[in-house]
Amino acid sequence: MAAASQSPQRPSVTNQLATFFYRRPRLTLAVLLGPPLAWLGVVYLGALLMLVVQSFFHLDAFSGKVVREFTFATYADLLSQAENYSIVVRTAGMAAAVTLAAALLAFPLAYFMTRYASPRLKALLYLAVLLPLWSNYLVRVYAWKIILAKEGILGWFIAGLHVNWALDGLLKLPVVGGPSLSNSFIGMFLVFLYVWLPYMILPIQAALERVPKSLLEASGDLGAKPGETFRHVILPLIFPGVVAGSIFTFSLTLGDFIIPDAFGTSQFFIGRAVYVYQGTSGNIPLAAAFTAVPILIMGLYLYFAKRLGAFDAL
Amino acid sequence: MRSKTSGKGVQLNAPTNQPRSPLALTLGALGVILFLHLPFVVIFLYAFTTDEQTFTFPLPGLTLTWVGAALRRKDLWDALWLSLRVALGATAVALVLGTLAAAAVHNSRFFGRETVSFLVVLPIALPGIVTGIALRSALNVMDVPFNIWTIVIGHATFCIVTVYNNVIARLRRTSGSLIEASMDLGANGFQTFRYVILPSIATALLAGGMLAFALSFDEIIVTTFTAGQQATLPIWIFSQLARPRDRPVTNVVAVLVVLIMSIPILLANRLTQEASGTQATGE
Repeated sequence: MAAASQSPQRPSVTNQLATFFYRRPRLTLAVLLGPPLAWLGVVYLGALLMLVVQSFFHLDAFSGKVVREFTFATYADLLSQAENYSIVVRTAGMAAAVTLAAALLAFPLAYFMTRYASPRLKALLYLAVLLPLWSNYLVRVYAWKIILAKEGILGWFIAGLHVNWALDGLLKLPVVGGPSLSNSFIGMFLVFLYVWLPYMILPIQAALERVPKSLLEASGDLGAKPGETFRHVILPLIFPGVVAGSIFTFSLTLGDFIIPDAFGTSQFFIGRAVYVYQGTSGNIPLAAAFTAVPILIMGLYLYFAKRLGAFDAL
Repeated sequence: MRSKTSGKGVQLNAPTNQPRSPLALTLGALGVILFLHLPFVVIFLYAFTTDEQTFTFPLPGLTLTWVGAALRRKDLWDALWLSLRVALGATAVALVLGTLAAAAVHNSRFFGRETVSFLVVLPIALPGIVTGIALRSALNVMDVPFNIWTIVIGHATFCIVTVYNNVIARLRRTSGSLIEASMDLGANGFQTFRYVILPSIATALLAGGMLAFALSFDEIIVTTFTAGQQATLPIWIFSQLARPRDRPVTNVVAVLVVLIMSIPILLANRLTQEASGTQATGE
């Protein structure tokens, strides 16, 4: 490379090679695109395809072995069990709740960072969001195991405030409650929200950064109240960012099997169900068929996200 | 008329002062920051508790016993070493593939161009359990034994997106005229890449690479499917979560992991900040 830069006149090998590629943009494209496409297209899509194929096999009930013949039996099995529907609804409901709450929590911080923080403070806050995002996921889950434990810090805090009655009331609620915070949907929701929140803050902050200040001033000058400016100017402009963030919060919640395991009740979530089907029961076809559900949900989600321009906001 | 212009003058001056944030917004932002960080304080506290059986708070006493006990665990060191190697391997693959894909999508218009960005984001957009079980069953069918390489394959697949996103965003912001100028001045494609494109995407590569590293170092869901007998650090912690009798050691490991991970994060943050700082002064 150094030799080439010293004598640009003499056609060196690199020069010839560069010219060769420059004259053949299609070939250049193929060389650039080949390796990533080979990896994602063959390794990844191939694996996904194989998963789909396996979902059309079935497990022989007597021998416990997978029979490699085309059949809809596994899907019929999947659809015939009422419990599976509630698993899907439960998981999607949790994912939606976490996504909504994350967007609500993310906005004030993102807005503060964009509008009011000095460059120095903004860099600091940015780091404060990145650090938890990049720290170990399991450690952060473990932290909440400590916090939510009955004898733990949150319990101590609530007892100190003398609001045990409020917590007990909350835990007695029909669906979301449970024996304790660390074994209830409320606790699980808190952990999910905590773990995925940074994924929502960053795209929203990035989207806010791109909203021109003059637009907000114009909106104010034209007599809009802050709420109106938010609804009619800010929200439409940052919505792709919110959708981009929601891809993460929704998908990550949908596929997680560790948090439902650590904080859940006996009720399954999709991830946990798939994990148990393929692991303990060894029923790979059923597990494969079950993964069709999150694939379908995320496929639709991504399709609409793409139409909303969320990929440019990632 | 004159009063109007003077009024405008005042308004023009106003934005130069830092506007004050409404109190509610400041408190909201502060609350979110506290929510994100208090759990780490809790983790640090519990590494020194004398309580071996429960998570009682306030802590009954403080001790350093468990720090020493954790550092003497060989299985912990093995797990850490494996995690580092996997993360380095996955990051290397992701850097190459992500940059290539970003360059291809940025430079040319071709049929299915949109599909590439879709394909790149798919492994992280689909729930990890789907990626995990798909790779596991594919490896199973092809009779590939599970080892460190199968973990790297799984990790690299979902790490490509971080590099791709960072690089393509930077390429979009890099002025095309710089590249044209370089070519006009007689630089060939490789030289343009080495002296014009690479310096302008260097921090993006670093940021993407760090994110890929962190993603890989952290990953548990896909790893449980693509790992054989080996335990990465997350798998180690996961197994300890399932066995509460090792509670005090796990408390210490949690702190160690947080400390280890914060070093590359802070370093990368500092590097990218310095880079953007010089860019700002250069302009």
